Order: sequence, then structure tokens, then C-alpha cells
Amino acid sequence: MAIDRDLKSAIAVTRLGLGAKDGEIAAAHDDPEGYLIAQIRPEGAEQPQANAPTAAERFNEFRAYQQERQAAKQAGDVKTDPVKMAARMLRDDTGVDFLARVRLAAGTDAGFRERWALFWANHFTVSANKLVTATVVGPFEQEAIRPHVFGRFEDLLVASSSHPAMLLYLDQAQSIGPNSIAAQFQARTGKHVGLNENLAREIMELHTVGVDAGYSQADVTEFARAMTGWSISGLREPDAGRFTFRDRAHEPGARTIMGRRYAEGGEGQARAVMKDLAASPHTAHHLAVKIARHFVADDPPPTLVARLQRAYVDTNGQLGAVAKTLITSPEAWNPTAAKFKTPYEFLVSSWRAAGVLPQDIAAIAPVMNAMGQKAFSAPSPKGWPEEKEVWCAPDAVIKRMGWSEAFAAKAVGDRDPAQLAANALGARLSPLVAKTIARAETRPEGLSILLMSPEFQRR
Amino acid sequence: MTREDVACQAISPRLSRRQALWGGLGLGITVQFMGARAYADSQGALAQKKLVVIVCRGGLDGLSLSPPVGDANYGALRGAIAIPGFGEVGGALKLDDTFGLHPAMGATHALAVKGQARIVPAVATPDRERSHFEAQDVLESGASVVYGTSSGWLNRALEAMGPAGKVKAISVGPTAPLILRGPIEAASWSPGGAAGGDPRLPGILGDLYAHDPLLGPALASGMATQAMAKIAVADVAQSEAAMTDSQVNAGGATLAPVLRQGLPQARKLGATLAAFMTQPDGKQVAAVSIDGFDTHANQGATQGQLALRLAYVDAFLDGLASGLGPSWNNTVVVLATEFGRTARVNGTAGTDHGTASTALVLGGALKKGGIVGDWPTLAQARLFENRDTAPTLDMRGLFKGVLRDHMGVERAKLDTQVFPGSAGVAPADGVVA
Repeated sequence: MAIDRDLKSAIAVTRLGLGAKDGEIAAAHDDPEGYLIAQIRPEGAEQPQANAPTAAERFNEFRAYQQERQAAKQAGDVKTDPVKMAARMLRDDTGVDFLARVRLAAGTDAGFRERWALFWANHFTVSANKLVTATVVGPFEQEAIRPHVFGRFEDLLVASSSHPAMLLYLDQAQSIGPNSIAAQFQARTGKHVGLNENLAREIMELHTVGVDAGYSQADVTEFARAMTGWSISGLREPDAGRFTFRDRAHEPGARTIMGRRYAEGGEGQARAVMKDLAASPHTAHHLAVKIARHFVADDPPPTLVARLQRAYVDTNGQLGAVAKTLITSPEAWNPTAAKFKTPYEFLVSSWRAAGVLPQDIAAIAPVMNAMGQKAFSAPSPKGWPEEKEVWCAPDAVIKRMGWSEAFAAKAVGDRDPAQLAANALGARLSPLVAKTIARAETRPEGLSILLMSPEFQRR
Repeated sequence: MTREDVACQAISPRLSRRQALWGGLGLGITVQFMGARAYADSQGALAQKKLVVIVCRGGLDGLSLSPPVGDANYGALRGAIAIPGFGEVGGALKLDDTFGLHPAMGATHALAVKGQARIVPAVATPDRERSHFEAQDVLESGASVVYGTSSGWLNRALEAMGPAGKVKAISVGPTAPLILRGPIEAASWSPGGAAGGDPRLPGILGDLYAHDPLLGPALASGMATQAMAKIAVADVAQSEAAMTDSQVNAGGATLAPVLRQGLPQARKLGATLAAFMTQPDGKQVAAVSIDGFDTHANQGATQGQLALRLAYVDAFLDGLASGLGPSWNNTVVVLATEFGRTARVNGTAGTDHGTASTALVLGGALKKGGIVGDWPTLAQARLFENRDTAPTLDMRGLFKGVLRDHMGVERAKLDTQVFPGSAGVAPADGVVA
């Protein structure tokens, strides 16, 4: 179906971008597709923070803190409350990172680029709901995800899978080959050490081929064996807190995974597996479904999935080419807004609509909690869900309404809500909502109605 | 809605009971054929029944929740994460010669002693893939295969209990769990601030959402729940004020004090849910999710991360049971997880994804008895794929038994509608009195 440029520019900015800032829909008007394609760039997404602390620094801090805690405990210092100390660290570090991330989203001129980056950050979820990874989700995104989101998928996969945050989040760092030198040494001291298959399983199930690719428990275990040795340097080792390959922990021998044999190759053995996983048509399909589901509809159009899958296969997993295919696919421009915004998307688009840059993490964090999307804390390695049924629970709608009122009262100032609505939704603004806003008793009420309108809650 | 409005509404169930009585007289002959139980159900006994389903996400380790310390192989398989035996320091709380409960489950154990809590030690969904996400889908959708249906079995069970709105349901938490998603509208509630000050806004939005199939029902339900929440939260505050500190802080006695700080909130959450369920015209069915059970590394034993999560569960159950008061006698709580964990401790002092796990059934409406289902033992030859506790009971059978005997859902509907294609899975007998 052909749609006019008024509607197409509104869709470009609100569905495929992060919501319209003042003047953004107008800027996209002449060439909505070109407006988005121009946001694809080989160097990846923006970094929320310049000179940010690295994951390694954060890990080292955390380990030093653990040692201090141990020392305090041994010294009988009962006043050092470890939970409170950890909570403070978490709040401070995670808060700084999260605030930087929402400020980037609220202010950027390249909304599509940021949405694309957020999609991949969610695809390779590291969650702060585990104490050891609580302070490194932001650095993980900066170091492993954002630089690679328009490059080769294989590079993104390896960057994620070898990043200390992922190695700790999915327990890879401590996995030891049962027949490795390290295991034999430990056995002499009577200590039982061995394999942990968590990361290997989730790479196959969530990050690459998907659960329907026909692999078995034996494939998962073999991949876990191949991955042994992928670990993190300790505090007293060189490059503390960074990736290291521990040869002594690596399970010796060749492996067979999904019917392919991988000769012994140390660190490279798992890389060879990842290369094949990235090149698998199952991965192309799995990623195509996820992209279409995130950008277009919970129940994605099969024709769009097929287009994205073909683009992935044809370009050997060049994500910039896949992004361009998404933008140029007619299915992406369906006039019906099928996606219900997540709390993060709702808040970001509200800030953009009101021209506000969030200032205070202490005000944002409780709101994210209440709406069910705690900052950096996806409930599982699967990441945040996409389905509207999850996010449109009655309680969530009440919480959105309450936030909208409080936000509108502070943000609207002396501006005209009708104009804000026209800027935020363009041709997507329905006559009914426009009329209702025009009839609002107060400016804050008018802005609240805009933010809670059916078309603003969706994209 | 004011408190008075809600009090006025309270009259309506009484009216409907009286009407039902008159109706019953007219149907006297039929009643004789229906038998006492069916008669009671048809006359509104269902209106008194309460059902709470708790989904523990991440793969709850059944061998820690209900450690079979009397099983000859338990200690060797579990090594450093084995729960000590009965009577030892930090040991299991005894249920029978084989099983105990985790030492952090003190309140649950007290219920078990009264015959109001039982374990189902080797239960599994039909899924065998050991994927969290597939297994949770199968657990909550009630389908025999993954992604077999997009609605939840608890929602379809509500459908089977009568016309929409007859039995009301609520989920606790800011997002809607799959188990309660579907054609029957369900409320949701989570602690935290309610709507702001503009009294016009809900009405304006209600008009805007009039033809919105997603936002319209959600807003209406949310507003109704807000009114109930005001009363529920006030009730809990009142009963808490009457409690001693030691009662408020009860639970998790074996945990270090610093780790117990989330427990009063868990207890309060349970009590608040109870207050939702005991209000006039209150919710009869509730779904609750508790996560954090994916213990691949350093899962701990008497103390540690899993102990902490179990203490949280225990405090929640304690708050719920005490809060329900006399209604506890009409209540069944089922607690289940998507799969259990490996029988052997892994290389990182944790456990990996397994198969069968323990479910708990609780409530004053339980039939007294021992374990539900059979115990396959942990003998090596009996382990599923030489790895996991072997399932002896289909999870759907457990749910079907509770729905049939407690909520009066007929077998045919259980077999086809609530759990599609499950005619071969018999409802578990003898769980509910």
C-alpha cells in the first residue's frame, strides 16, 4: 500500500526511531527512508559516555570491595554492611550509566541508530540483576555492542561472548574442562571443578541458531567444552578484569557440534564454532524474526522476515545491510501501529516529545521499576519481552497515567499541548485525540492526554 | 470509588446467594441426582474457593526445596551444596523419613506439620528441552508443545468456571504473566504509587480508549483494582500495627540478619494479596511470579543465594496464609517451576538445567497426606538421562487435579480446553480434601 510522505515521515521517526523531537518529522519529510538510511554508519552507535569507566575497572573495584568485605568480616567489623555497600555502589555506578543512556536516547538526532543499538543490547542481554554484573551493563554495551551494531554479526557475537560481563553473567568464566590440566590439579587437592554449560547453551538458543535449530544436549555440552578457558584475568594478573584465555582450563581434544568437527585449537576452537553458528541459515532466520518483531509487529509479517533473512545470508551477516533492508521493506511502513511501547520507549519518546533531557536518576529509577522494566535489569538472558500483552497490564497502564500527569505538570510550561501533539505524532495524530487535547482544561492535562493517547502509546 | 461504594457492592454477592437459594428450591429434583458436592458447587460454594498459582522462574532446584536427605544417593550427588540431614545444624526440616524442607522454609514447614502443605517431589511439564523460555511457555500456556497456544491455562480455566467475570483473577507484578493472559480479563497490581491528582483524566482516557481493545479493558481493570488496593493496603497496615516485631521479622531464621531484610516486604506482599482476595467481591484466583532461581554457580546450601530466595518464598507464603485468615480453609496454593536442576552438583558449586523438580501445594483445603506422586529415587539407574530427577507426574495432572477437586472444573473441559490434547493425562487424585 502506498502511503503519503506525511504519514511515512511520522512512521519513520516514531516507529523506527525513538519518537519525534520538535521538527524531526518535518526533517524526515522529503525522504523518510533516506533520513533513516543516513543514520547507518560503519563505526556503530554513539557512546552514551565519553571517557566512561571500563568494565575492567568496574570489575576490579568490585573484587577489591569483596576482599575488603572479607577482611572486615575477619576483623569482626560488624558495622560494614555488605548489602548496603553493594547497594550504594550499584546505585551510583549503574545510575550514572543508565542516566547517560537515557539522555542519549532523549536527545539524539539519530533515533533509528540508537533503537538499532538498543535492539542488539537486548539481544545480547547482560543483566544487572546479578550482583557480579550489576555495575558493568553500561560498559558492556559501550565496549562489546555499540561499536559493532552495523558491522558483521560474527564480530558482534565474538565481542559479546568474550566480554567479561557476559562471561560472568552466564557463568562461563569459571567453567573448567573436566580433563584439563587445571581440573587434574584441583582433583589432587580434593576439589571438584568442572563444566558450566550456561553460556554455551544461551549462545545457541538465544544469540544464534535458536532453539528450533535441531541441536541436542550433547551439542550444548560439546560447545561448553570448546568454550572452556574463555575467562577473565584476576586482580593480580596482567590485564586484570579483561578477557583471557586459560589454556590450563581448556578441555583438550576435538569437538563435534551440530555435525561438524572442530579440531583442537585452544581459544580458536570456540571461535571456529561461533563462525559457523553466525553463518548458519538458522541464525539468519532467528535474527530476522527478532528484528521484524521488534521493529514492526509482535507477530511479524513472513514476507518481511524472508527479506531480512535473505539480506543476512547474501551479505554474510552484514548488519548495516540488514538495517537498510528493514528500512526499504514495505512491511515496515504499515500504517497500523502494531507495537505497544515498552516503558523505556514510552519514557524516551515522552522526553523527546516534550523536549526534556532527564536530569535525575533518582527520579527515573523508581518509575522504571514501577512500570516493570528496572534499569539494566532484564529478567533473564532472553532480555526484555516484546509482546504488547506483557506491557499493557492494567497496573502498568495506571502507572503510566500517574507518571504522565506528574511529568506533564513539570514539563509543559507555557507551551501549547496541541502543537506538542502535532510535533510528536504528525500525520499519526487522530482527529479524536487532537480534539480531546484541544478541549483539555489545563496545559498539563493536555500533555497528559497526548502521552496516554492510543497512538502515542504505540508506534 | 470510595470505601462506602465498595461496602455497598458487598451486598450484591449476598443477594445473589439468596437468589441462588430460591433457584435451588425450584431445581430440587435435579439436585438429588447431582450429589452433595455438585449441589454445593452449583449453589455458590465455588464463590468461596480461592486458588493461588506461584511460578518460580529460572528452574527451582527441587532437591534443595525439599531435599531427600534420606535418599541414599543424595549426599554424594550433591557434595558441598547438600542440605544437612534432620537434626543436624542447618539441617532439613523433616517431612517424612526421606524428605525434608529447606531450613529457610520454616513457616511452610509449620503448615506441613498441620497437613496444610505437601510436596510433589518429581513433577515436570511435558517439555524436555531444558530451555528456560520453552519450559516456562509450556508451564504457563498449558499446551503439550512449546508455543502451542498464546493464552495461559489459568485464564482458560477461568473461562471453564463460568461466564466472564464470574470468577475474578489478579496477577501480582507490573507485567502480565502468560499464565493469566487470554480472553478473560484479569486484573494486575503491584506495590507502588497510584495515579496522580487529575480526577478527570481517567474518564477522558476511558472515552479515548472506548474502541481500543488493549488499552480500554486495561485502564478499566486498573482503576477498579486501584480502589481495592486502597482498602487492601489499609487492612494490611492495620494488622501489621497489631503485630510484634518478631512476628513481622519471622522467617529465614537460619539466615544472617543482613540477608533477612527483604523478608518483611515479602510477607507484606503476601498479606496484601490476601487482602485483595478477602475483600467483598474480591479476587478468587491469583497468579504470582517469583524469579531468581537459576543457580548455575555458588547456589549455597543452608545459607547462600538459593536459601535467600526460598526464605523470600516462605515469607510470602506466610503472609498470604495468615492474611487469608478463615479463608485459608477454602484456599489451595500451587507453587511450580519450569524445570528442576541436575542431580549432581556442577563444576561451579551450582546446578545446571534439569528435568523434574518439586512443586508445593498448600492450603487449608488440602487433603492430608504424604508426598504427591511417586519418588523415583536418585539411584543412578533411575536418573533421567543419567543427569536429572526423573519425572513421575505430569505437571498438567497436578494442575488438573486441583482445578477439578477445588474449583469444580469438569474433566472434559480440562482435557480439551484448559490443557488442550491432554486427555491421556489424568488429574492427580487426593490432593484436595
